[in-house]
Amino acid sequence: MQMNEMSQVSSRNSVEIKNLDLSFGAVKVLQDLNLDIHQGEFLVLLGSSGCGKSTLLNCIAGLLEITGGQIWIGGKNVTWAEPSERGIGMVFQSYALYPQMTVRGNLSFGLKNARLPKEDIESRVARAAEILQIEPLLDRKPGALSGGQRQRVAIGRALVRDVDVFLFDEPLSNLDAKLRADLRVELKTLHQRLGNTMIYVTHDQVEAMTLADRIAIMKGGQIMQLSSPDVIYNKPQNLYVADFIGSPSMNFMHGHLENGVFTAGDLRLPMEGYEYSAPQVSDGPAILGIRPEHVVTGELVASCPVQTEVKVELVEPMGSDTLVYAPLGKERFRIRMDGQAKVSPGETLPIGLVPAKGSLFDKSSEERL
Amino acid sequence: MANVGTLASTMAAEEPVRDRLDGPSGPRPKKVFSRTNIIVYGTLFVVAVYYALPLYVMLVTSLKGMPEIRVGNIFAPPIEATFQPWIKAWSEACTGINCDGLSRGFWNSVTILIPSVIISIAVASVNGYALSMWKFKGSEVFFTILMIGAFIPYQVMLYPIVILLREAGLYGSLTGLVLVHVAFGMPINTLLFRNYFAAIPEELFKAARVDGAGFWGIFVRIIMPMSLPIFVVALIIQVTGIWNDFLFGVVYVRPENYPMTVQLNNIVNSVQGVKEYNVNMAATLLTGLVPLVVYFFSGKLFVRGIAAGAVKG
Ligand SMILES: Nc1ncnc2c1ncn2[C@@H]1O[C@H](COP(=O)(O)OP(=O)(O)O)[C@@H](O)[C@H]1O
Ligand SMILES: [Mg+2]
Repeated sequence: MQMNEMSQVSSRNSVEIKNLDLSFGAVKVLQDLNLDIHQGEFLVLLGSSGCGKSTLLNCIAGLLEITGGQIWIGGKNVTWAEPSERGIGMVFQSYALYPQMTVRGNLSFGLKNARLPKEDIESRVARAAEILQIEPLLDRKPGALSGGQRQRVAIGRALVRDVDVFLFDEPLSNLDAKLRADLRVELKTLHQRLGNTMIYVTHDQVEAMTLADRIAIMKGGQIMQLSSPDVIYNKPQNLYVADFIGSPSMNFMHGHLENGVFTAGDLRLPMEGYEYSAPQVSDGPAILGIRPEHVVTGELVASCPVQTEVKVELVEPMGSDTLVYAPLGKERFRIRMDGQAKVSPGETLPIGLVPAKGSLFDKSSEERL
Repeated sequence: MANVGTLASTMAAEEPVRDRLDGPSGPRPKKVFSRTNIIVYGTLFVVAVYYALPLYVMLVTSLKGMPEIRVGNIFAPPIEATFQPWIKAWSEACTGINCDGLSRGFWNSVTILIPSVIISIAVASVNGYALSMWKFKGSEVFFTILMIGAFIPYQVMLYPIVILLREAGLYGSLTGLVLVHVAFGMPINTLLFRNYFAAIPEELFKAARVDGAGFWGIFVRIIMPMSLPIFVVALIIQVTGIWNDFLFGVVYVRPENYPMTVQLNNIVNSVQGVKEYNVNMAATLLTGLVPLVVYFFSGKLFVRGIAAGAVKG
């Protein structure tokens, strides 16, 4: 994480959050939060409900009065600036379209407030409508639109503002699964086309993984890890992130690390080839996390450094793959197999583990070793 | 009766399916004379008669001449309808001091009503808007104090307000009475607007702020257009409340400024001469006409406003 930020210093930051504090009365929701978002980056704030994602986004937008710290956007200190003066556009979960205005009225409302010349307003609305393919809807009221169309108009309202930073607060979570997937792709395309900075709040890890350049995982008003989806997935910084990311979630084995060998019950897993995050690793109680898809089955078991057998307890066929539940030591392991795999409960299944592909955590600090 | 629906749907269906439609099919036929219906409509009828009958009696009496009234059948329709009582009530009846009927009181009431309604709704709606969307430090305390005002009996404040108005030099004037109406309408109307606006999604308000609209911009361009029902509710409450007011009118203004209700009382209760029931009825109907017209034209919106959160906590 440190390394990652060092290497990015040269690129211009679009949004900088410095020592941000926010409390509602006596309740501290955000505490000493620091976050730099690069120019043109798609940053996703991911976390479970109530962790402060929307609060952080509202602070950036200027919709909440912060208790301490600074917010910089586009190289300017906007800590005290009005939302409309910050160079941001925002899209909300509930779309928040003005119900009594037509789509055209919704798109041009902000521009009229900014007293832009009429031709300017018209051309911007036309461009946004063209990009989002909502031209036929321009004279309708929001009540006469479907959920997907409404959200497109809401995006359009941010688009016409011609700003550098887009803020999204769970924009897709009111849509059904199919539409959500479609709009997700459209959003990514839009980002590639416009190159704006986008800050996107979601609790959906699929959205986060697919859209983000970097993901900030939040918990209790703090950022637990800020990295690319790849790093978040393969090298989670702590136990929380490891458990939060991935569906089905990671298997955890509680055991002991000694002289580069992790032992849990009868199982000995030599950690050869594992990239420790610090050069010196002290022995002691530890947790080894292994993703369900990293548990090897079939012919490849023979080539694994650790081989054992488990008794299948439950099988969940999911079409594209099959999820197998089987006890290993004290844990109930989740094993992801091929969709065509033929396994049935009660069967003995030989499995192979590659400890170096796992994630080791210190038992007390829960930080990555 | 019961088979009409079945028959229609059977005939519409394709031949091969016919035999499968032997049993019940389509919407279940509704019984018109079920026990519940009889009770519900019976009750509604009785209540409707209960309210409509006095109105009917007043109407027919106001159209009769005095000889016909003396016959004594109050339910009989007029044999010889005359509008003379109405004309007399409007422009000739004596109210103690002068004999120009209710017309003077009507115009007094209009002069009181219009500014009172406009000012109280304007102020209360902005109050409710600020208290629901622009909460400031102490806004809850402010609101609580305002609400306490709604629970203090009028009688307690009657005399202190006389003193206040006298000190301000407004005692006896219509301006003073308008101020009193505005003040007394404030708690309930603020509550009404606050609750209605509180039900508007917060994100709409946030979106408008990002779009650069300010306090007044959001109120006028976003909130007001979506709040017509609650404005109608407030309008009806204020129009009827202020038009029907008697107490404040009789206490705070000079006799020549008396509102219509006070004048009505003076006509009906004047002790000289014979009691002209037809004129009294016409005068009463004339006085009640304004709230009646308001209800008539905005009843639908009123119900919608009440349903849409006016009574929600
Ligand atoms: N206006 C408010 N007053 C008091 N507490 C609030 C307010 N808004 C949010 N909170 C609290 O702040 C925390 C973070 O909320 P939020 O940012 O909305 O979470 P999420 O990550 O789900 O978007 C929650 O515990 C919530 O209860
Ligand atoms: Mg949220």
